[in-house]
Amino acid sequence: MFSRAYKTIVTVPPLLWVAVFLLIPYLLMFCYSFWSVTLAQIIVHSWNFENYRELLQKPVYWQTLLRSMWIAARVTLFSLMLGYPLAYFLSFYAGKRKDLLYQLVIIPLWVSYLVRAYAWKTILGSEGVLNTLLQYVHLTSHPLDFFLYSPFAVVLTLTHIYTPFTFLPIYAALEHIPRNLVEASQDLGATSPQTFWKVIFPLSLPGVLAGATFAFVLSLGDFLAPLLLGGPSGIMISNIVVSLFGAAYNWPLGAAISLCMLVLVVSLLFLSERLEKKWSFS
Amino acid sequence: MTGTVTSSSNVAANQSTAKPTLLSIRNVAKTFGRNVVLRNISLEIAEGEFLTILGESGSGKTTLLRIIAGFESATSGELWMGPERLDQQPPYRRRVNTVFQHYALFPHLTVEQNVAYGLRVAKRPEAEVAQRVADALDKVKMTAFAKSKPSKISGGQQQRVALARALVNRPRLLLLDEPLSALDANLRRQMQVELKSLQREVGIAFVFVTHDQEEAMVMSDRIALLRSGELEQVATPREIYSQPDTAYVAQFIGHTNLLKGSIRSGVAQCGSLSWSSSLPDSLPEGPALFSLRPEHIRLAVGGVAPGFVRVRGRIIHQAFHGATELIRVACADGLVLVVRTASGSALKNDSEVELDFSADDAVPVRESPERI
Repeated sequence: MFSRAYKTIVTVPPLLWVAVFLLIPYLLMFCYSFWSVTLAQIIVHSWNFENYRELLQKPVYWQTLLRSMWIAARVTLFSLMLGYPLAYFLSFYAGKRKDLLYQLVIIPLWVSYLVRAYAWKTILGSEGVLNTLLQYVHLTSHPLDFFLYSPFAVVLTLTHIYTPFTFLPIYAALEHIPRNLVEASQDLGATSPQTFWKVIFPLSLPGVLAGATFAFVLSLGDFLAPLLLGGPSGIMISNIVVSLFGAAYNWPLGAAISLCMLVLVVSLLFLSERLEKKWSFS
Repeated sequence: MTGTVTSSSNVAANQSTAKPTLLSIRNVAKTFGRNVVLRNISLEIAEGEFLTILGESGSGKTTLLRIIAGFESATSGELWMGPERLDQQPPYRRRVNTVFQHYALFPHLTVEQNVAYGLRVAKRPEAEVAQRVADALDKVKMTAFAKSKPSKISGGQQQRVALARALVNRPRLLLLDEPLSALDANLRRQMQVELKSLQREVGIAFVFVTHDQEEAMVMSDRIALLRSGELEQVATPREIYSQPDTAYVAQFIGHTNLLKGSIRSGVAQCGSLSWSSSLPDSLPEGPALFSLRPEHIRLAVGGVAPGFVRVRGRIIHQAFHGATELIRVACADGLVLVVRTASGSALKNDSEVELDFSADDAVPVRESPERI
């Protein structure tokens, strides 16, 4: 159908792109993770498992990883709790306002991540909007400082940022449910809650799974929100990687952590895809 | 669907004895915005009856069905089932079940779970659910596929599951929305027979929607012909075929010749043809329209019998239909008659023929008023 030359012209650039910007960096990272760094901060190309041993032995690393996963899990849960009802309402009850509301949900995605993170800084800070309001209504006499620089602030911000990412696949899944299934359910005597739990929810599960995967994976690897709003108690694993590659100048250890993260995320994606296939019924 | 055919005497009894009314549709109208879909529909459905709502696409037949099921509400009018006002109940309270056009089986549930759905939401005891589901699947011969997902079975099988899923709830009325339209011709004919015998077996009233007049004729006890949102005629298949009320009915159901003419002092006049016998007294003088079925015209043999009308013409077209042939004959005054003859007659195009028809078979029909 297409000439050989055409096929080559079309396929070579993306292949090159993937090779240069994905495969080679990963390969380099893989190599680095088995190298070491001397006290004089020179990277030695001697192959060993020291970095991985350090990861297992020093609690700070796996504790931070666990905390990151815990933060990501909460973000996932809250984004689902916000995203699902929103998607359900839009898909089934919004009527003519559907398109407008859909755009309103999407618009925040056009705003820079940094702007949204800073906005929360402005809201949560000790001179921020929230504290000013609380003092104005005399719920507190002096600014409360536990809003900002805490895991809470990180979870809040990431939930805000990633809710549209959970909303979109859920909305798509709900839109794909043939409406005559809902009618069939009513026809067979099911009330609205029964129809929801027995038909709509099971059929939307692939979307829920995709949304949850987005929220979890994206927030697990996030480093800006904890950097800007997390404080010492809100540090996540990516912040450690950033500092290892930066100030600490220990690229091998940073690469080892990154590789672990990569394996974790890829297995999650793999698992999620398997489940999604199992739950889809088209 | 076990192939039991109720004896014909029984069927005749079904039709002759007046059964109690199950559902009464009273002056139902429906508009979507400025679009009038149904106007002033009144129809009674008897217990155990097989009623077909027949109409072209856009005639409002599906809307009428959806109003009975409760998915749409009528703009005006009422539905009564016995002493209950049906149109004020939500769909899930009505003892009415639907077989949807594309079956609408739940894709995430097995055949068995689909059939059990209605009983489970009604929280029937599991033992009873299992028994009734097994019976229903047996009735539609789908027991072997109980554990299959709907996507793994064929269209005809999905159709049976949809039937079982509806009937297992023992509804008082079953609605079927063009359930056979997605099947290929052979399977469709087979399902028509199965569906009809299943209906006799379970004794539940069926309201069947279709645009296929042949299907309607084969299956129904009565046909309600809908045109542009109004009932054109409600009658048994035989009656609607032999005594169509209007020109539209005559043309929609089977082939017909419409003869346009007039009645003057008890004599019907269509171009050069005229006859006087057996016109109903009630027929007014003036312009008139007659429906003459192709099979009621025959090739003339010998002299004109009393009560018959003779017409001469030239064959302009022949179409082979298997057992019969339809020939078009151009007569005087631009009149073209379609005649059904037995196959194998050695008629040739352009040959001159003489035709006879009985004046009794020219059925006076009303002109169908224009509707938007």
